Amino acid sequence: MVKVSHLSKDFETKEGKLEALHDVSFEIKAGEIFGIIGKSGAGKTTLLRILSQLERPSGGEVLINNSVIAKGDKVITNNKIKKTMGVVFQGYNLLMQKTVARNIEFPLKIAGVNKTKWDKRVNDLLRFVDLEDKKEAYPATLSGGQKQRVAIARALANSPKILLLDEPTSALDTLSTSAIISLLQKINQEEQVTIIIVTHEIGVVKKLCQRIAVINEGKVVDYGTVQEVFANPSNIATKQLLGV
Amino acid sequence: MDLINATCQTIVMVAISLVGAYVFGIPLGVILVGTRKEGIFPNRFWNAILGWIVNTIRSIPFIILLVALIPVTRFLLGTGIGMAAVILPLIVACVPFVARMVETSLLEIDKGMIDAAVAMGASKLQIFFNIYLPESIPSLVRGAAITCIALIGYTAMAGMVDGGGLGQYAIYKGYYQYQYDQVIYTVIILVVLVEIIQLGFISLAKRLDKKRGNIK
Repeated sequence: MVKVSHLSKDFETKEGKLEALHDVSFEIKAGEIFGIIGKSGAGKTTLLRILSQLERPSGGEVLINNSVIAKGDKVITNNKIKKTMGVVFQGYNLLMQKTVARNIEFPLKIAGVNKTKWDKRVNDLLRFVDLEDKKEAYPATLSGGQKQRVAIARALANSPKILLLDEPTSALDTLSTSAIISLLQKINQEEQVTIIIVTHEIGVVKKLCQRIAVINEGKVVDYGTVQEVFANPSNIATKQLLGV
Repeated sequence: MDLINATCQTIVMVAISLVGAYVFGIPLGVILVGTRKEGIFPNRFWNAILGWIVNTIRSIPFIILLVALIPVTRFLLGTGIGMAAVILPLIVACVPFVARMVETSLLEIDKGMIDAAVAMGASKLQIFFNIYLPESIPSLVRGAAITCIALIGYTAMAGMVDGGGLGQYAIYKGYYQYQYDQVIYTVIILVVLVEIIQLGFISLAKRLDKKRGNIK
């Protein structure tokens, strides 16, 4: 479903070239929950931004559903692929001057979905994320957990095949974190959505992910099922994350 | 010329010029943001040219602009004096001011929202009409208060070309006729006008701004 081969990304900084990703390769299967884990500054978000076609890589190749979306230093903008993907950003990135309902229907508007279908879809999604009473509320009045659920509902609006999430629980308390984990499991099982989650929280990974790639200093240092990697961490960075 | 008449003239001059300044200033501000390197239609050449024009007009004191534009005003309106002749220079002086104000408001938009729209596959026009404009409206309204008050200041110079208004009234009564009480009345009216404008625009911006969580 997602195939990343020899991906690299350099940033030009005042201090010189910064290698954010180096020879990163992994595959994500349809229907799985895949974790991209690593400490801050490891290159996780850069990787997610390349997968969501927001960032141009410096080399390598990214295939999504057998379509090349990035090759070498070029992004092959593919709006068809974009509409099969939902992205949930770390800061939620909700439209602050629009109500919850208008936020959720925004991707439908972008995709050119017939206006008569918007309201039903919004209501279904609000029921799904358990926020029916917040339909006409503005994001500023919501809690972190509620904003995250709106962001997830918005990402699901166009019934994506893949859901990408950047640190979806890092700003949430334990209770909200559990609620988001349950919601993501429900999305994966009921809607058959492949989930790619970027996180540094091991607890979340253990509860949610089936397979993971551990990133450290822009390289994949461990890769496999959660059980395999956590039982035999091969790299010091993985051990540090696990606290062993 | 009485005080009420002069007040009305000032209000009319400010209102017409404000509308004119925004009609031209909003598109100019949008082009200034859009043609930036990271804008939605980047064009370094036009960005530099327009930026230079805006800075040049902004650096000319209004009283000089008013006089310098007399031939243009005369050509366009058939007269170089009177209220109509002041409105054109007022608009010319305010368009760059508004453009910079609009530019600042648009640049305040959280880049994360743009990322979200790009990731959804939104076109540049969709991003502009669905994010840039609606998200910056409260800031644009707050900017309008500043523009409006600056315009009141500019209209005080209208007397130079016999444009009327409170500025001309105060000079006429106070400087030529030694009626200082009339100058004080003029100042009081100006203070009240500025307060009303400031309060009006700020409360409108607050009502429009859903970001502060002050609306259900």
